[in-house]
Amino acid sequence: MSDTCVSIVIGGEAGQGLVTVGDFLAKALVRAGYEIVVTQDYMSRIRGGHNTYAIRVSHEAIHGPRESIDLLVALNAETVALHRAQLTSRALVLADEAIDRLGHPGLSIPFKALCPKPMFENVAALGVLTQLLCLERSWLEALIRDEFAKKGDEVVRQNLDVFSSAQDWAAGQKAVFSCMAPPVRTAKRLFMNGNEAIAFGALAAGANFCSYYPMTPATSVAATFVSQGTKMGMLIEQAEDEIAAINMALGASYAGARVVVPTSGGGFALMVEGVSLAGMTETPVVVVLAQRPGPATGLPTRTEQGDLNMVLYAGHGDFPRAVFTPGTPEQCFELTYRAMDQAEKWQSPVFVLTDQFLADSYRAVVPFDLEALPPVSGPGLTCEDPAGYKRYALTPSGVSPRLVPGFGEHLVVVDSDEHTEDGHITEDLTVRVQMVDKRMRKFDGLAADVVPPTYSGDEAPSTLLVCWGSAMGAALEAAQGLRAGGKSAAVLHFGQVYPLIPKQFLPILERAGRVVMVEGNQSCQLARLIRQECGYHFKEAVTRYDGLPITARYILDRL
Amino acid sequence: MIPLEQYGEFETAWCPGCGNHAILKAVKKALSTLDLPPHKVLFASGIGQAAKAPHYLRCNAFNGLHGRSLPPAQGAALANTELTVFAESGDGCSYGEGGNHFLAALRRNVTMTYLVHDNQIYGLTKGQASPTTAQGQKTKFQPDGAPSMPFNPLAVAVSMNAPFVARAFAGEIDHLADIIAQAARHPGFALVDILQPCVSFNKVNTYAWYRERCYKLGADHNPTDWEAAMRKAQEFGDRIPIGVIYKGDRAPFETRINPAVLRPLATSRPDLARLGGLLQGYA
Ligand SMILES: Cc1ncc(C[n+]2csc(CCOP(=O)(O)OP(=O)(O)O)c2C)c(N)n1
Ligand code: SF4
Ligand SMILES: [Mg+2]
Repeated sequence: MSDTCVSIVIGGEAGQGLVTVGDFLAKALVRAGYEIVVTQDYMSRIRGGHNTYAIRVSHEAIHGPRESIDLLVALNAETVALHRAQLTSRALVLADEAIDRLGHPGLSIPFKALCPKPMFENVAALGVLTQLLCLERSWLEALIRDEFAKKGDEVVRQNLDVFSSAQDWAAGQKAVFSCMAPPVRTAKRLFMNGNEAIAFGALAAGANFCSYYPMTPATSVAATFVSQGTKMGMLIEQAEDEIAAINMALGASYAGARVVVPTSGGGFALMVEGVSLAGMTETPVVVVLAQRPGPATGLPTRTEQGDLNMVLYAGHGDFPRAVFTPGTPEQCFELTYRAMDQAEKWQSPVFVLTDQFLADSYRAVVPFDLEALPPVSGPGLTCEDPAGYKRYALTPSGVSPRLVPGFGEHLVVVDSDEHTEDGHITEDLTVRVQMVDKRMRKFDGLAADVVPPTYSGDEAPSTLLVCWGSAMGAALEAAQGLRAGGKSAAVLHFGQVYPLIPKQFLPILERAGRVVMVEGNQSCQLARLIRQECGYHFKEAVTRYDGLPITARYILDRL
Repeated sequence: MIPLEQYGEFETAWCPGCGNHAILKAVKKALSTLDLPPHKVLFASGIGQAAKAPHYLRCNAFNGLHGRSLPPAQGAALANTELTVFAESGDGCSYGEGGNHFLAALRRNVTMTYLVHDNQIYGLTKGQASPTTAQGQKTKFQPDGAPSMPFNPLAVAVSMNAPFVARAFAGEIDHLADIIAQAARHPGFALVDILQPCVSFNKVNTYAWYRERCYKLGADHNPTDWEAAMRKAQEFGDRIPIGVIYKGDRAPFETRINPAVLRPLATSRPDLARLGGLLQGYA
């Protein structure tokens, strides 16, 4: 693995402001032209506990998180004790002078002397970091001006003073840290995490209704809708529970809204009846499921890829669906956009499956090309023969013309019971079979639209790492590591795991030497799905389910 | 007035003599009085005998899941405020399986009308006690009598200052039709709890039983007097008041949210230039 990157970890208790330090530094680095991968590890509490904000930064492309630490900002003594084993040989520990660095090289920062009030300690830490990283000070100064502008000139000035005196203080210290290589990129990037990108993907596709019930790690999708979607005219309602959230969304979708329902596994468990209702009534809905370790309440703030089985099988009876599994914020945007279109085009429930790691992982995101976006399917408002309109008219594709009620004299009748072409309840068993077949014909359409998995690496590799969703970055870097060790390697990443189209990937699996499934769950849910759907048996797997994201080191240690 | 034939005539799956037939008639009458053409009306329903009602009416219909008539009704009402939205279902669906949605709908106060066919029994599943079955009433499934106290939807609605709370009786079609029309005209969430004899599974609360007890609220009841309304809402025994129990002017949900988001969502398109501007905030 190339070592042109620096791993910075800020650790402390919830409420100490470590996220502020992390966000400021990470955003400044992105503005300066660096690439970053942020990993946030926090406990399910508002105060206390032990949390970290890790920024891996490089002037070159980087894809995944890392365990090793080059700069450890310890906001409390516990941080030093908990993370000393991860320190690299060049690592420095930065901590208040009252904190014992346990013999590790570093800086004892006189926060009291540098800051007129404790609230300035975050900015002082940023001053020290800026100096050690040899980052142009103007990046953080501009950010301080932007972020504190609301609080008035005086606050901005005080913060800038503390920032620069902390930087000057660090410049006079003996402890040195090799400067980061200067950035090469000049093009602008967005400082954005996975959930924000999902929200923007939905908004770009016209999402204008979101009913939700808060649940980590999905809440930030709703939060982005509240802060940004509202400005796009999105109607947002915090429902009484997840059952209401999805049923409300289906009512809105029926009436012509473009709907998104964000949740996590436990909330989705309550929504399952709604998925079935969407399948039966052929009402478009996009469910964003941000995974955390289960079962039940599990580890509320940690990561896992354990809910694939649930989204594959949620809902009684047979009906088609699609499942998207983005691996980067860019894919979060693109695939959520696509999910919105697919849900409408095939009048089916469509899932975007992400997880806590990607949800919270800030990156330097390539700006989305809004002008190049393909058109999104939509329902009709009127028809030529309103009296003859049938919501569930039998068609070769299985897709019936979907009209919205209220814009013409046609009547739109939908039913959770088995129904006739005009939407009315029936127990005619011939109609029943026709309707099941009609609904399932849409599967062929969804299958024809599948986004193929992406392949990167050597042509016929001795090791092929197969993965989905957020495991992508770690797998790519593990493959780089193998290649650095002289072995050929490649990665096959599924950005859509359902439907599966064997000809898109079986030949790739068959021509590789070792084929290893890498996924963040105990039972190898994608490996099992692939075996079930196309008979291919994965002989090796790297799994992770301790609540932490998969890393390249984790994979390499297990190969 | 729109002619009644506009609302169609369908064969139903209801027992002869069931109170649902009368409720359906009253609904058509009310729509006709309101001059609401079928395509401007949405009936959302749940599952049960009552919940089949929208199938027997020419209208837009969202016949969803058991207990879930309200969430889709509110979703649709917000997605297009130009639709006149009703939710219609049984007492089990509305107050049992959908109880939390009922409480939330009272709080939320979206403009719509909730018609609850209250036969004090589960009809479709053949006679279990419902949330409004009298305590001690014996059923096949509760042979020792229903153990729990019945739910009082009117008192709950009045306690929350729901803007329109009424009780009606399927045996008084014109009175019921008038109440439904008043409910639909009232801004905010309107509840009409309709006493509905189930001739097959509720042998206690029959037409005769209700007829003996129901009396129409007259000019001596002031529905804007909350305390009087609360007293009327508690009356259920030898005498049962029917009519408008409570009327208030709590501001509907639609007036309490950002007006910019209230437009028919079916015709709104994303302003990508605006979106691009918002994305600049992340650079
Ligand atoms: C989730 C779910 N649970 C249970 C049922 C079975 N079920 C159908 S209708 C019903 C009760 C109906 O009672 P009520 O709502 O009072 O309607 P009625 O038939 O009396 O008009 C039940 C339990 C169902 N359809 N769905
Ligand atoms: S079972 Fe009862 S509620 Fe159902 S149709 Fe028959 S009489 Fe009416
Ligand atoms: Mg009932």
